[in-house]
Amino acid sequence: MRAADALMECLKAEGVDAVFGLPGGANLPTYDALYDAGIKHILVRHEAGGGHAAEGYAKATGRVGVAFGTSGPGATNLVTPICDAMMDSVPTVFITGQVRTELIGTDGFQEADIHGMTLPIVKHSFMIQDPREIPEAIHEAFYLARTGRPGPVLVDIPQDLSRADIAYEPAREVHLPGYQPTTEGNQKQIRLAAKALANSRRPVIYAGGGIVNAEAAEELTELCTADRFPVTCTVMGLGAFPAPHEQWLGMLGMHGTRAANYAMDEADLIVAIGARFDDRITGKLSEFAPRAKFIHIDIDPAEISKNVPAHIPIVGDAKNIVPRLTAEYRALETDPTRLEDWWGRIENWRRQYPLGYEDSADAEIKPQLMCQALYEATGGDAIVTSDVGQHQMWTAQYFHFAKPRRWINSGGLGTMGFGLPAAMGAQVGCPDQLVCCVAGDGSVQMNMQELATCSEYGIPIKVFIMNNGYLGMVRQWQELFWDRRYSAVDMGRHPDFVKLAEAYGATGMRFEDKATLVDDMREAIATDGPVLVDVRVTREENTYPMIPAGQAARDMVG
Amino acid sequence: MGEPGTKEILSLEQLEVAGGRRTGRKHTLSILVENKPGVLTRIAGLFARRGFNIDTLAVGPTDDDAISRVTLTVDGAKHPIDQVTKQLHKLVNVLKIRDLEPAEAVTRELALFKVSADGPGRGEVVQLAEVFRGKIVDVSRRAIVVEVTGTDDKIEAFEALVRPFGLIEMVRTGEIAISRGRSET
Repeated sequence: MRAADALMECLKAEGVDAVFGLPGGANLPTYDALYDAGIKHILVRHEAGGGHAAEGYAKATGRVGVAFGTSGPGATNLVTPICDAMMDSVPTVFITGQVRTELIGTDGFQEADIHGMTLPIVKHSFMIQDPREIPEAIHEAFYLARTGRPGPVLVDIPQDLSRADIAYEPAREVHLPGYQPTTEGNQKQIRLAAKALANSRRPVIYAGGGIVNAEAAEELTELCTADRFPVTCTVMGLGAFPAPHEQWLGMLGMHGTRAANYAMDEADLIVAIGARFDDRITGKLSEFAPRAKFIHIDIDPAEISKNVPAHIPIVGDAKNIVPRLTAEYRALETDPTRLEDWWGRIENWRRQYPLGYEDSADAEIKPQLMCQALYEATGGDAIVTSDVGQHQMWTAQYFHFAKPRRWINSGGLGTMGFGLPAAMGAQVGCPDQLVCCVAGDGSVQMNMQELATCSEYGIPIKVFIMNNGYLGMVRQWQELFWDRRYSAVDMGRHPDFVKLAEAYGATGMRFEDKATLVDDMREAIATDGPVLVDVRVTREENTYPMIPAGQAARDMVG
Repeated sequence: MGEPGTKEILSLEQLEVAGGRRTGRKHTLSILVENKPGVLTRIAGLFARRGFNIDTLAVGPTDDDAISRVTLTVDGAKHPIDQVTKQLHKLVNVLKIRDLEPAEAVTRELALFKVSADGPGRGEVVQLAEVFRGKIVDVSRRAIVVEVTGTDDKIEAFEALVRPFGLIEMVRTGEIAISRGRSET
């Protein structure tokens, strides 16, 4: 069998139902094999769009997202999605064509050492040197991508090798002697953690994207409600605990709620689950949660004690550990009144510092209101993707995610241009769900071309551009920390987004009146096919509250 | 600490930080890796990206064709060694890492010294080489090359002693190590 056909058999054996990609010279054999392989292929308009779509697909479904690219520029265009998937632990497999083996190292046409240049940003990678390695490499790539701490895996296949004739046998067990993730969690440590919780008077449960990856949201809720443990989530973890819940403190970190950040600051015990103490969470490390002891549960042992030293480290799968921690805790005789003072304090912060903003006196749409309106118009029942910046933070604050895999954003890398293609991928993975993208007017133009893909394939995403005419978050920093010297943040003359949408074969709309916003949004959502909405919002609005970079929770402003 | 079901539980004050500490000494890491494309780059790149310094590095085959051994030394005063080894363990091609305790391992390094030998010091350099159980591996009218094996301390001591005679250049292999006793490194 031709190796490229064997590749298709491997993909089918892995259950791949959709691939995002773009062909070129070096992956012609792959695309020839794809021609009648029976795998849905979405021809993207830029490989970066394909890579982010694969991420969106993976984040929405929990299955491995797959993107194809050719050699050279096709492969280098995938670098940002690969890095993004690494930072946010997204299970993805990237399959790139490479120039013929005889040309490797000669600076051949469209040659780029994608294997070499992605080494620091992949979970693992394979550079195929013998066509007989291909089936094994593909299965290992999928296994690595989805198990342990998920992540991107690259398989780089030279053109001549994918044309070679190989004996193909269906999938067998993978053989990765150097890869044995710990999933179980040490029972003694779990018991110790339960005791620490029982003894704590000011506990906080701090959950991250690891809960989502582990499909452990229900288990998390069980643990939190085994007592009245206050819960906060990172931007990656939103939806892991239902936002409307009374024990929910809101998101924590740079633009988190004061209740969440102050609770971290005063906690005596912090239980971190599937979270990695990013600088956007901790602020100034030396002043982060100074009174707390830390229980750190993570599948990646290298995350434990990386930034914040843990007192009770537990390595393993949250799905396995969290219920055991709950059971151990329930077996203890605890004093139910011991958290009353703590809740009193938290309630105080909640009352004193609710999330809020000053509404406009006229019809002008405040950006926060736009997020609230989307929540109302969708009833919260939607997958929401975003780009990166103010609109991302406001959506995280005001769209109350009640379930995991509903909130899809680029948390670690902070990639502008992520939202639209990620929505496309999420919609392909979840054809029966409503998929919305809240985009920035700056960000959206970075992968705008994928609107053509959405029109072509009838992928009915609803994109709401929060249009303030600025690179808003950068402008905010320039206003607050750089003496209002607005350097290169005014987007100037925008394209007419409505006409642009129409040019792409989508529906374009423009909303400018807050009074009708919810109804207008409902209309956009009810419109068939892809819709791009230009929502005109207040030009200079700041995202608050905020921990200025490098400062502590106590220094929150706004 | 009480058992589950008892009220006397555990004081949070009793909890101590686990991991992330600096040991303050040199660590010799003996690492078995699969012979796969880019494995050395992955290790070197990991150190560079995480801001760890490799003090010495030696790579060579093992008795198994598919596996190589990387021996590297890291300063435990500058980096938390547990973080270094945990990051290394994440590399799929890394099979085994052993942080060799100094007392439990034999370490050796080989160095070649090219010393100026056109002056009256020639005889003394030869004598020093003998004291260090070194070998004269090349002799010419103006220079001699001495091979010395031993621990890094011994090599550095020899270097200090021959430097006044005119050390032209020095080449070191980087440290290799093997565990003492019957068990495999």
